[in-house]
Amino acid sequence: MMANKTLQNVMEAKVAQGEKAFVAYIMAGDGGLDALREQILFLQEAGVTAIELGIPFTDPVADGPVIQEAGLRALATGANLRAILKTISSFKEEIQIPLVVMTYLNPIIAFGIEDFVQACEQSGISGLIIPDLPLEEATLISDELQGTDIALVQLVSLTSPQQRIEKIAKAAEGFIYAVTVNGITGVRQGFTEQLEQHLSNLKKVSQIPVLAGFGISNAQQVEEISAMVDGVIVGSAIVQAFHEGHKEKINELLNKQPV
Amino acid sequence: MVKATEQNQAGRYGKFGGQYVPETLMTALIELEDAYKEAQQDPAFYEELNYYLKDYVGRENPLYFAKRLTKKLGGAKIYLKREDLNHTGAHKINNALGQALLAMRMGKKKVVAETGAGQHGVATATVCALFDLECIIFMGKEDVRRQALNVFRMELLGATVVSVDQGSGTLKDAVNEALRYWVSNVEDTHYILGSALGPHPFPQIVRDFQRIIGIETRKQIIEKEGRLPDAIVACIGGGSNAIGMFHPFIDDEDVKLYGVEAAGSGIDTGLHAAAIADEKEGVLHGAYMYVLQDDNGFIQEAHSISAGLDYPAVGPEHCYLHDIGRVKYEAVTDQEALDGLQLLSRAEGIIPALESSHAIYYAANLAKEMSEDEILVICLSGRGDKDVQTVRDALGGNYDGK
Repeated sequence: MMANKTLQNVMEAKVAQGEKAFVAYIMAGDGGLDALREQILFLQEAGVTAIELGIPFTDPVADGPVIQEAGLRALATGANLRAILKTISSFKEEIQIPLVVMTYLNPIIAFGIEDFVQACEQSGISGLIIPDLPLEEATLISDELQGTDIALVQLVSLTSPQQRIEKIAKAAEGFIYAVTVNGITGVRQGFTEQLEQHLSNLKKVSQIPVLAGFGISNAQQVEEISAMVDGVIVGSAIVQAFHEGHKEKINELLNKQPV
Repeated sequence: MVKATEQNQAGRYGKFGGQYVPETLMTALIELEDAYKEAQQDPAFYEELNYYLKDYVGRENPLYFAKRLTKKLGGAKIYLKREDLNHTGAHKINNALGQALLAMRMGKKKVVAETGAGQHGVATATVCALFDLECIIFMGKEDVRRQALNVFRMELLGATVVSVDQGSGTLKDAVNEALRYWVSNVEDTHYILGSALGPHPFPQIVRDFQRIIGIETRKQIIEKEGRLPDAIVACIGGGSNAIGMFHPFIDDEDVKLYGVEAAGSGIDTGLHAAAIADEKEGVLHGAYMYVLQDDNGFIQEAHSISAGLDYPAVGPEHCYLHDIGRVKYEAVTDQEALDGLQLLSRAEGIIPALESSHAIYYAANLAKEMSEDEILVICLSGRGDKDVQTVRDALGGNYDGK
């Protein structure tokens, strides 16, 4: 049996301590690539478990307005997958928490899959989230990840039927990303009543930590959803806080975590 | 012997195609595939489809011998497959009708669609009115401006038209928004994708519903000429009229097939929509295809005078047919398409859509190089009523552009 990858070990350690994981999403290049180091170190200092590093893309079909706009701002500064990974590698010694790259598939294909994986290794990347790469197509990337410490994080949605959830859970590494809404990323008022049942079912099926994301945007939601799973991923609210220069809002999101 | 279109696995055409979509959509795609397979086994489904194709759409439409055009060009005998005579004015209704019947089979009462020129949007709004389905259409801001009358037509038919500001405000951005809407409403909504694009099974379903074009053409040309044509020409944006026309002829190696992309201001200007000419592979809207993009994998905006060809990729089956050399893909500029439009208008009294005008221009040159005993078929995919304002602007208000 192969040793688990770092991303999974970090998440499991958190669970073992009886704590909840908190993954913060940022849009790399929003505010310029120069801001990336400061943003990452700020989040690390604030105590997040891991950082999801969004790569801007021209056609982000899984993203709502907040992240779409952040992506456009990042694109306008000239940010792209190669440049972002290069920037990360320049201060990787200062990063102690896992970095998970969230990118659509096409920039990876343009980079060259092999070269991309190599660049990720050189930048100390621990995981990948590729929203337009479902289980059926996953080998395109997962074959290249064998023998690396990079986990391919799988998403499970509210629409995934039981049999499919079991199949995804079996293939999953790092953590399972439970999508909490039928829809795109972004701020939401509330969640459906089936969510609790769905998440508890997913927890039962999964051998590895389950984190929930999409639409979690305030401290109350962080607390509420965290209680159902092993942790949460918060995106739009953090992107917006950085953009507006209200970093204290990020601390508020984190402080309300049940420990 | 070319057996071009065998799918080896999950909607693959050679290396092209596939299902690159968010997990939330996978269940809907699997459900659609199952529903389609079931429908294919059900004679009642085709009985209903054929009834509407005949009595509502007006099929079969003519394969018209363009006598004056033939004489003027002095080469091959030219026939026009008159998809422009369909109800709603283009081939798009063939697919919209088929998919609406599928949606009802799946118990879905709401429909979302994207549109470029507005032809697919109008066709979708039309079938939604016919079957009492709720209809929302996403259309790029730029296209809303270019095709204002089609927007109003859709609204008259009871559809909600949403103008998309994101990105370039054209077809690709409309697809992005339609996909986002579908992800958010997937449980009660069917996405009627309008071209032979997107994740499996869409390219196959759209092709199958458009194959009627080629099936009729084959039968009609044999009736009129007693043999198959020597060449067939069709325009390509995503490629639905072309794949529908070509597919029944794929195994007839003596029939040369030509797909005509939009070269916009010219391939060398970078302002075009000719993804095959550009030959860069990538993933957009759920499929592996040739996609206009830069070195970072960012999708580039397509440019064409014709809103229906203004898309930065070409459907996966066309990419495959290009790779194996079965179809020859060429590109025609905005200016040349305008020439084609005027040529057919004057020679035959038929104003073609700007999309189809690309095929006409290319076919006119091809016909001149062919001999008088050869036969050329052009897929006249749509009529030009919707484009009159655009053409008037482009020509400066009068025929000679003076």
